[in-house]
Amino acid sequence: MAGESRFGRAGPAAPSTSTGFEPGTDHDAIVVEGLEKSYGSLHALCGVSFSARAGTVLGLLGPNGAGKTTAVRILATLLAPDAGTARVAGLDVVRDAAALRAKIGLAGQYAAVDENLTGFENLEMVGRLYHLPRADARVRANELLERFDLVEAAKRPAKTYSGGMRRRLDLAAALVFRPPVLYLDEPTTGLDPVGRLSMWETIEARTAAGTTVLLTTQYLDEADRLADRIVVIDHGSVIAEGTSDELKDRVGGERIEVRLEDEADAAQAIVALGEMTHERPTFEDHVVRAPVRTRSGVMAEAVRRLDAAGVGIDDIAMRRPTLDDVFIALTGHAAEEEPAEEQENEEMAA
Amino acid sequence: MSSLAMSASDTLVLARRNLARIPRQPDLLIAYTIQPVMFVLLFVYVFGGAIQTPGFDYVDFLMPGIIVQSIAFGGFVTALGLAEDVKKGLIDRFRSLPMSRAAVLLGRTISDVALNCLSLVVLFAVGFLAGFNFIDASVVEIVAGIALCLFLGYAFSWIFALIGLFSSSPETANAIGFTLIFPLTFASSVFVPVESMPDGLRQFAEVNPFTTISDAVRSLWLGTPAHTDVWMAFVWCTALTVIFAPLAVARYRTVAAK
Repeated sequence: MAGESRFGRAGPAAPSTSTGFEPGTDHDAIVVEGLEKSYGSLHALCGVSFSARAGTVLGLLGPNGAGKTTAVRILATLLAPDAGTARVAGLDVVRDAAALRAKIGLAGQYAAVDENLTGFENLEMVGRLYHLPRADARVRANELLERFDLVEAAKRPAKTYSGGMRRRLDLAAALVFRPPVLYLDEPTTGLDPVGRLSMWETIEARTAAGTTVLLTTQYLDEADRLADRIVVIDHGSVIAEGTSDELKDRVGGERIEVRLEDEADAAQAIVALGEMTHERPTFEDHVVRAPVRTRSGVMAEAVRRLDAAGVGIDDIAMRRPTLDDVFIALTGHAAEEEPAEEQENEEMAA
Repeated sequence: MSSLAMSASDTLVLARRNLARIPRQPDLLIAYTIQPVMFVLLFVYVFGGAIQTPGFDYVDFLMPGIIVQSIAFGGFVTALGLAEDVKKGLIDRFRSLPMSRAAVLLGRTISDVALNCLSLVVLFAVGFLAGFNFIDASVVEIVAGIALCLFLGYAFSWIFALIGLFSSSPETANAIGFTLIFPLTFASSVFVPVESMPDGLRQFAEVNPFTTISDAVRSLWLGTPAHTDVWMAFVWCTALTVIFAPLAVARYRTVAAK
């Protein structure tokens, strides 16, 4: 991974990546304050504030239509905010937009690659558009194809690629100029589980060492795995922020849920399970819920304890907190999907 | 790099990208060349016998018009390509790069010129086979006519760029192009002399830029009276470019993926 340490610093082929801030110091690479954006009567962002320290991964978590993509589009200089400010790598996203574009990389759910060009040609084109000399653009393209496991597909048009390969090529394109700040807009939405896992591994490996990453996602497990800190947004407002553990604590963490053969045994079940949990189990909606700290061995222990107490089990399962759990805990309502995606609303307003 | 050199470099990189796709999409190339050939054959052999063009063989009258129409529509690939790029998120990528704001559209419109040169070769070949001849035309006049056609194609590329950037999909771009602009070419002297049209339509056809430009090319290639058509034709092409290029660039700066 020796080569990875160059991300975020000026590499030999990137003469002008002076970042305006020093990675690893107390400076924040992304500072968003009171950001507002409306499309007609739809308020996509209603005064959103958050920040990300240099070299960390910030997860922006929320359902479709929460305003995640709008926030990324503003930070990527693609859209002007109605109110509020945002500074990235020390530059204002509106006033310094042109200079900022040399310091950001954007990859996301669209896998924005030219399907008629080969993988190599796509990366070479992006390098040339960053004004790298042709020879440097080619060297960089080959380097990235190797790192992203695309060497064998390098000479094939991107339309022959699988969904996962396209995302990797898209991410490689975002990293051509070694940007100090990287935006990943729902990088695994629409991928199958294998593709998602492989993308996670790629993101973990490629974003190490100095790059500040803003990741948007609808999946708690994705934010959990990749993000240092998580900002939860809903209907254009920040409703919670913290580390993954802090958020999970707010929704109760993992728990064992038991349906009883006879609900008259509920009190006995609570006592039996209470000895192995850090919090007293509850009985609600015909289900006994026992919060647990770890997963290993607890299921077998729970079954043994209930059996020993003579409690008949109809159904028993381990439940992890989901995004819905977070939303129910934070807002009191489920994270319902918006009927229209935010971009469509934008288009209606345009 | 100066900003002008930067724009030029970006434009060439993107023009190359647009041309690289042509041999990889042979169906596009075929559609591009077969369609004008079909028009020539249809009009010469199906409608030609029924259309009166006093003083000319119909094929001589028709070819300048068909060439004007085909080249004007050559930029249609720009509408389709841009609608596709917007839909696929490529425009978002380009707009997030530190590159010239006009380069994506300049690259498109310039590669259209190259494609239109290819179309011209096909059109002239099929035209000569169908019996077309230049009448009293000097080399300068022939070249001026070709230049005028290519200039018209360039101006229309910007119109199609704007359509592409306003379309939510290539299918929409297709529908807009064929319902708004295609009929304009028929209400003109492209296929028939405007004198044969009823009142109302005739007056419209007389001020239609397709009439001005078709008649200008005819005066250069067939020795018909020039009047002010040649100058007016260049004025039209310049005006269309000057109006639509900034509109398209302005739209590019705010366009969003669907």
